[in-house]
Amino acid sequence: MSPRAAWRLASLGFEHVFDYLAGKAGWSAAGLPLEGTAAVDATAGRAADASVPTCLLTDALQGVRARVRASEWRQCIVVNEERIVLGRLGRRALERDDEQTVEEAMTEGPSTVRPDEPLAKLLARLERQELETALVTTSDGRLVGVVLRAQGTILPSTSSERP
Amino acid sequence: MRPLPIERARLQELIAAGAQLVEVLPPEEYDEGHLPGAINIPLKELNRETAMRLDRSKPIVVYCYDYQ
Repeated sequence: MSPRAAWRLASLGFEHVFDYLAGKAGWSAAGLPLEGTAAVDATAGRAADASVPTCLLTDALQGVRARVRASEWRQCIVVNEERIVLGRLGRRALERDDEQTVEEAMTEGPSTVRPDEPLAKLLARLERQELETALVTTSDGRLVGVVLRAQGTILPSTSSERP
Repeated sequence: MRPLPIERARLQELIAAGAQLVEVLPPEEYDEGHLPGAINIPLKELNRETAMRLDRSKPIVVYCYDYQ
């Protein structure tokens, strides 16, 4: 629809016309706000905890394990230099003491949700699927943070350990 | 002049430079949610008269819901 609008404006003599093809779906999937009556305040993006530990593929796994074990988290998100999510080190990968690399130990392609997903809907889905956390990324794969299912019952700041 | 398709990064540059945002979806969809600062001119109502709301000296960015 927007290409036709852009061409119509060009036909009316407008000279500097641009078409943002991704539209408002692309805008909100990037975690950017919309204005309007249905704008949702409580979203996955706003609730996501960005303090989740991260590591690079090239980091030494033993060091990553020690860092995560010393934190309140029980997972580490594998990202590249641009914070694009490549994988996830879960509880099992972090609790072992073998000589694997981050790349060998990680789970590839973890499931993610977009920042504009309503929080209530996401928490209900985590409950239904018996999942403890949801990984939130922008539409281009950049890490936003992690939403905890426990946020449905307790405030994040009162939780001493995070899955 | 030919309209140019753009991605989000370029859109944000244009917004910062004072571009006019135009949502071309119907009014009820615009009312539910639109990009900050966007005005609404539905495609079916986009003509010489309604386009007079736009400033010809500034860039114009149109958008709808997604790649439809």
